[in-house]
Amino acid sequence: MISTIVKRTFTLARFYPNKGFSRCFSSSLDFHKVSNLEVTNKLEFVETKAPTPMYSAMDKTGKILDKENTPTLSKEETQAAYRNMLTINLMDQILYEAQRQGRISFYMTSFGEEAVVGTALALQKKDYIFSQYREGVVFLQRGMSIEEMMNQSFSNQYGHGKGRQMPIHYGSKELNLVTISSPLATQIPQAVGTAFALKREGNGSVVICYFGEGSASEGDFHAALNMAATIECPVIFYCRNNGYAISTPASEQYKGDGIVGRGEGYGIKSIRVDGNDVWAVYTATKMAREYAEKNNKPVLIEAMTYRVGHHSTSDDSSAYRSKGEVEDWSKRDNPISRLRKYMESKGWWGNDDELEAKSSLKARVLKALAEAETAKKPSINDLYAEVYDTIPQNLADQLQKTKSLAEKYPDYYKINEFKS
Amino acid sequence: LGVSEGPTKKMNMCQSINNAIRTSMATDDKAVVFGEDVAFGGVFRCTVNLAEDFGRERVFNTPLTEQGIAGFGIGVAAAGHTAIAEIQFADYIFPAFDQIVNEAAKYRYRSGGEFDVGGLTIRTPCSAIGHGALYHSQSPEAYFSHTPGLKIVVPRSPIQAKGLLLASIRDKNPVLFFEPKILYRSTVEQVPEEDYMLPLSKAEIVKPGNDITILGYGSQIYVLENAIQLIERDMPGVTCELIDLRTILPWDVETVVESVNKTGKLVISHEAPITSGFGAEIVAEISKRCFTKLESPINRICGADTPFPLIFERFYVPDIVRCYEGIKETLQY
Repeated sequence: MISTIVKRTFTLARFYPNKGFSRCFSSSLDFHKVSNLEVTNKLEFVETKAPTPMYSAMDKTGKILDKENTPTLSKEETQAAYRNMLTINLMDQILYEAQRQGRISFYMTSFGEEAVVGTALALQKKDYIFSQYREGVVFLQRGMSIEEMMNQSFSNQYGHGKGRQMPIHYGSKELNLVTISSPLATQIPQAVGTAFALKREGNGSVVICYFGEGSASEGDFHAALNMAATIECPVIFYCRNNGYAISTPASEQYKGDGIVGRGEGYGIKSIRVDGNDVWAVYTATKMAREYAEKNNKPVLIEAMTYRVGHHSTSDDSSAYRSKGEVEDWSKRDNPISRLRKYMESKGWWGNDDELEAKSSLKARVLKALAEAETAKKPSINDLYAEVYDTIPQNLADQLQKTKSLAEKYPDYYKINEFKS
Repeated sequence: LGVSEGPTKKMNMCQSINNAIRTSMATDDKAVVFGEDVAFGGVFRCTVNLAEDFGRERVFNTPLTEQGIAGFGIGVAAAGHTAIAEIQFADYIFPAFDQIVNEAAKYRYRSGGEFDVGGLTIRTPCSAIGHGALYHSQSPEAYFSHTPGLKIVVPRSPIQAKGLLLASIRDKNPVLFFEPKILYRSTVEQVPEEDYMLPLSKAEIVKPGNDITILGYGSQIYVLENAIQLIERDMPGVTCELIDLRTILPWDVETVVESVNKTGKLVISHEAPITSGFGAEIVAEISKRCFTKLESPINRICGADTPFPLIFERFYVPDIVRCYEGIKETLQY
């Protein structure tokens, strides 16, 4: 039933301009033409519309519902993406346990949201990525290694960011992965600014910016979407609507038609997709990318999914939702098993492949963990470096004091753990 | 001044700021100017004719959102471009506080130097104007001075404004550039037409003296200059050393220490409220560094610990009478 509605109301052609895409305005209402508005004598408030349907490409058994939605990726590309989904899932399991054992200070899993890898498949290397924190698989797909992510999470001397930020705050200049920060939604207007700069460079790069449905309640979300529309910036806003912001259910987060319902108000072309369907995510992002690049305009994608794991290692989600609810979701619909079924139906994957992939990936994750854990922490100099481009006198003085204290009390400060 | 003998042009501070932005845009294709109402020239006329000369692609209005302007500017700078953002009044910078303090200031540090927003400069008009009341008069520099990673600059004249703004725009760190708006039209100087910069984190001794060090910045320098004239008239033989701090963060400790070690007395004056104002930081550092040379307590002559009022402005600000009395009191301690 649902799939027929989706097919009828949401063919992908609607995503292109001048091809029947009527839900969102392609140009804004000009205030000076307000006299041209149709006048009504009927006193009537604007009614809330029916919820926007959710675009789906493949059903829960991995079957493509409409030939038009057939993914164009090769067997090898699909397998690689699938292996990245397995990898993030394994890293999540292992690093979650490592945090429970006190070996790292903090962790956040992305259980149930691995289909976000579909966005990375649709992007180009020159595109910039601004993340929130639950998009680790995108980093893998872009080319960040397990070892690099492990080094960051263990705050050792080899990790990006020199051990200064909490685990999973990844970043890589080389891969155009802008370093993650904890304050929610701050990256959204920044992504717009970067998209504007890239537009000026004129090499066809776009920006994607991920955030959760909770973050979309921040003022920065509003600022960003409005600026992207008015200044005309090639940016894809990708909202992971997973139903919860820590303990707050989406029903306490907004009363409108989710996040996608807001796009129209900003004059932004918008779409709601099945966030557990890697092909729906991929195809929508691919079209959004083409549209953004060609028109220098923003696009909003709302991906419906479910946060299967706890919010973070500092959260016990059973305090606010039932175990049954979580189990229902993970059994009924899981982005990894859905893609696996698709691959099996094409003869691209079997039980042996699954066993081999899981065991080899697990071995690599465990090896990376052991190496990251035993590596030295960064130098104490790195506490004071890079606050500014050069070290001002007050920081140089503070560094000297810290160093001489550390040398005077080496055991107390465990200076052997740090690079000399 | 430290600038060469080239041709000069009579400019007020608006014009010198306009000239600095113009110079930076002409020498840097990646520089863009944006904010509320900047395209038609700005509500204080600081960006006049820039859109005409450089195009709307490089000089453009944003929607009315300070957090958006700051976040957008950070994004422009993170891509390696030069973002010259304007916040219409310093009083309205607080919606952008999170973007400035949590994001801009920490970008380089948190990414291990892989990303930075050194290309970001936020200009904003600040300080008293005679009738600005609560939200067109504030001097919020101390809020930001508690934030490692930022630079904060306040000019006092057209020549300074051009040199310091060009240095701020080209500095490889995010800079907040506070422009005392009362000086926009009231100060006029022969400003060099050439491209020049004045160093950041460097105070300037405006007037040398031997008996007391007087420290201020921005428009307060003129109040202090007048108070000093009266002091030196009424107390023959006394000479005051006047220092313009120019950069609030990171500030020039050495120049102040050297002066206080010579004079043994220090008076600090700023318009912002006294409690936890930037003067408090200077008192703490100078007390520590010049303890044995100080001959009197360091005196602060500042704004009242109240919101900035409309009809009571003359009683609120550290005006010439309060500065005169305060300096005299310290000299006679």
